[in-house]
Amino acid sequence: MFAEKVFVVASLVAVVSALGMLISRSPVRSALWLILTLFCVAGLYLTLSAEFIAVVQILVYAGAIMVLFLFVIMLLNLGALPNLERVDFKKGVGFVLGVAILAQLVFLGATAVGDFPAAASDPEATGAATAIAKELFTRYALPFEMIGILLLVATIGAVMLAKHRFE
Amino acid sequence: MNLPLWLLALVAFGIINFMLISASVLVYAERKVSGYMQNRPGPNRVGPAGFFQPFADVFKLVFKEDIVPAGASRFIHALAPVIMVVIAMTVPALIPFARGVVIVDSSVGVLIILALTSIAVYGVTLAGWSSNSKFSLLGGLRSSAQMISYELSMGLAVASVVLIAGSLSVVDIVEHQSAGGAVLGWNVFRNPIGALIFIITAFAETNRAPFDLPEAEQELVGGYHTEYSGMKFGMFFLAEYVNWFVASFVIVTLFFGGYLIPFEPQLLSVVPALDGSVGLGLLQAGSLMLKVSFFVFLFLWVRWTLPRFKYTQLMEIGWKVLLPVALANVLVIALFVAAFTAA
Amino acid sequence: MELSGAFDNILADLSGGASVLWLALIGILLIIWDAFKNDDAALPWVAALSVVAAVVLEALRLQDTTTTAFFDLMRVNGVASFVSIVILLSTLLSITLSVPYLKGIRHGYGEVYALILFATSGMLMLGTANSLVTVFVGLETMSIALYILTGLVRSDEGAVESALKYFLLGAFSTGFFLYGIALIYGATGTMYFTEMAGGYAARELPVLFWAGVALFLIGFLFKVSAVPFHMWTPDVYQGAPTTLTGYMSTASKAAAFAALILVLFYGIGTLPVAKWQMPLALVALVTVVLGNLLALTQNNVKRMLAYSSVAHAGYVLIALAAGTSEGYAGAIYYLLIYALMNVGAFGVMAFLEWDDKEGRVQMLDSLSGIGWRRPLLGVTMGVFMFSLTGFPPFGGFFGKIAVFAPAVEAGLTWLAIVGVLASALSGYYYLRVLYVFWMRPIESADRAVRERSFPVPRLSAAVLVTCAVLLIVIGFVPFVRDMTQAFFVGATPAGLL
Repeated sequence: MFAEKVFVVASLVAVVSALGMLISRSPVRSALWLILTLFCVAGLYLTLSAEFIAVVQILVYAGAIMVLFLFVIMLLNLGALPNLERVDFKKGVGFVLGVAILAQLVFLGATAVGDFPAAASDPEATGAATAIAKELFTRYALPFEMIGILLLVATIGAVMLAKHRFE
Repeated sequence: MNLPLWLLALVAFGIINFMLISASVLVYAERKVSGYMQNRPGPNRVGPAGFFQPFADVFKLVFKEDIVPAGASRFIHALAPVIMVVIAMTVPALIPFARGVVIVDSSVGVLIILALTSIAVYGVTLAGWSSNSKFSLLGGLRSSAQMISYELSMGLAVASVVLIAGSLSVVDIVEHQSAGGAVLGWNVFRNPIGALIFIITAFAETNRAPFDLPEAEQELVGGYHTEYSGMKFGMFFLAEYVNWFVASFVIVTLFFGGYLIPFEPQLLSVVPALDGSVGLGLLQAGSLMLKVSFFVFLFLWVRWTLPRFKYTQLMEIGWKVLLPVALANVLVIALFVAAFTAA
Repeated sequence: MELSGAFDNILADLSGGASVLWLALIGILLIIWDAFKNDDAALPWVAALSVVAAVVLEALRLQDTTTTAFFDLMRVNGVASFVSIVILLSTLLSITLSVPYLKGIRHGYGEVYALILFATSGMLMLGTANSLVTVFVGLETMSIALYILTGLVRSDEGAVESALKYFLLGAFSTGFFLYGIALIYGATGTMYFTEMAGGYAARELPVLFWAGVALFLIGFLFKVSAVPFHMWTPDVYQGAPTTLTGYMSTASKAAAFAALILVLFYGIGTLPVAKWQMPLALVALVTVVLGNLLALTQNNVKRMLAYSSVAHAGYVLIALAAGTSEGYAGAIYYLLIYALMNVGAFGVMAFLEWDDKEGRVQMLDSLSGIGWRRPLLGVTMGVFMFSLTGFPPFGGFFGKIAVFAPAVEAGLTWLAIVGVLASALSGYYYLRVLYVFWMRPIESADRAVRERSFPVPRLSAAVLVTCAVLLIVIGFVPFVRDMTQAFFVGATPAGLL
């Protein structure tokens, strides 16, 4: 199936580029890897017939948020991070614990993989803009409005904490 | 109309080549029109009336040495122009050239166009960063700030169009403008403020004058492409002209009826044989090109009429004028749509 | 879903979510007002009055049967109203205390009160949630507003540090929380608490489900600052403006605990297996012990109160670990009493502050003998400290009975014993405050204290006295305790749907 092939490729590239983002020592390169990851995630949405969410993912994350990331990185002229020279005890323990948690989560996903419901093949029912809009403005109208408040709070906060002279 | 895949590929190939050639024609047009506006002849040596000048320029660029500055990030330095060209060349895939002649009719086509324009900024930003030069970096920074600021208003202008059409598909939006003898139905008449905002933001998103701060040659040498030479520079050059052309296409498609011929129903009632024929398709494509040509000219007209904005003015127009107006416009349009189309 | 029917449904439910929407609306109004008339002195009082209105509204619904509204996303009436009242009460008291305090430290911006209202609105949504969606949205609205309030005094590097710490760790914990929600949704196919048991039975994915619950609980335990997710608490409480610390230590905890109680009572707790109880009991044990031990060594009162707040989270967790209706009722009762004690204690400290750094560097010893100079603050502080320790006849004592008794009944006697021993230990550091306040000679710092500490306006004094009086009275009014019992005991979750 075509969708499955897309899924395999997109998820592999997503994982690899996520690793690239972590390993890369230059902030700009990290950001670029992250952009690639976001694109692949958009590809995953496409395999679920969620066209609208896929495009919005690119529009919002890759097109707006990551541009701001790059802008800030460039504006602050962040240099490359120092290379990891010494690995001390704490980092070692952290690494082992992290890998353990990752292994658990992978195990979880692997055990449950057959039990997940199949993706809806009808984009009109799930992925289309109208279907999403209907749910958003009826069933989830209250949380939707609250998210508006959340964004307002974040905006006010950004101004309060960052404005040169706040009064 | 569902074209077979091989025909679709052929159409796509044709459109890409069409874009490439029209970029050359646009270079010629720009220099010639600029010349007339400044009361001088413009290029007139290479070929008849200087028509082969842009082709000569391309040959020159191809044979120039490709220089990568010391300390530049090689891969990203090479990647940036590719991003620019690829994205500029992708948008035409979503634009219907005549009824049924479109490479992709996606149900979220308008959003894809917006997404592609929003990604185009990476080309400029990365070119600026990877060149390891302060002029380039400043150009890249300006560009990302400018794009972010104007993208919001552009998105809202598009949202007002989407509200009227009730669909995110580009084809639906064009067809929805066919009411009222295919002139009064144009979105520019139903949504004039949205049209104005979209045209202004389109200027900003294509980095054309008076919004050409990212490459302001008086301050930044060449802006983000200062450190590019040879065909890499040629690609930026190409992308800029294709973007200009494509922006005109999008403006026409969203607000000026796209491929619709003015008074199309009347024309069909006079010549019924035309309905569904290839001839009508050609007429539609011609109508589209005519309208696009006007906007191509508008870009030049504005370039030689308005001086470049200051950076502060740019930000003020974007955030304090366009954004509130665009928001209010969406609200008004939404109210109208709710009032007149209530089931 | 048919659109017109859905809109009618929303309209019909508007009164149910009235207090959430009302506070958000007034918050927006305050922002606009502030834009035209900067830092108007009337702003905080408008905010306070709007909270009073919400309290009255919720009080009228207190006796009604609990139901759901907004497509079952929210719970209204009954227990939801009680939780709302606890949150609103703590908000109201904190706003009243904040007005003179923030003015004194020259940060009485109008936006602060709008942010408090927005945060409260988020808390109300969180504390009355019936769906993982509303839990998450409410939690985030509350948290973002609190991050900002924490860093309010941005000229002080300590406040900035605490805000940054809070934000980074909070964002990290949100990641756990979301991952947990995703796994729970994958295992049950529903976001609604009340459908969890059915969804779980239909799919039988125990590993996935319990992993989701674990991650979900980590998110909650972070917000209520239970050990081992408590690291942010002392720094944040120390660096935030003092009255706002009182607010965030009571209202946000009440909201998070209420959501946890609801999800346990209606959702996870209705499952035939209960794998969550023992981990929760262990977390409660560690939290109580560590919170109290660390509080012993603190010389800064705000930091001490922060660790004490960790310990109190542990007491509530003891009741939750019991997993019985009495336990949930006791926990919710404790939240009310805790709100009164802690808002009061932080309020008193706010008026004894002279270091210009939100009490961050001020040591307890510098307040020697302050009780004689400021008898009102000294006496009310006495009530709060005794109550926090759990001395009869103060509210704290009845609260502790309410949380320890269900644990004993549920067979967690060892946990209750540790809890009691730990609260005996806590007597040392709570009473040491009173010792310094009343029994130490007045030191040289006295002059600074006299000159720079803020005068206590009548209204703030009234608030402190009210808190103290309520704490003395509440234990002898069985009405409140009975009411919390009635919310849970005898009412099966299914019957309350």
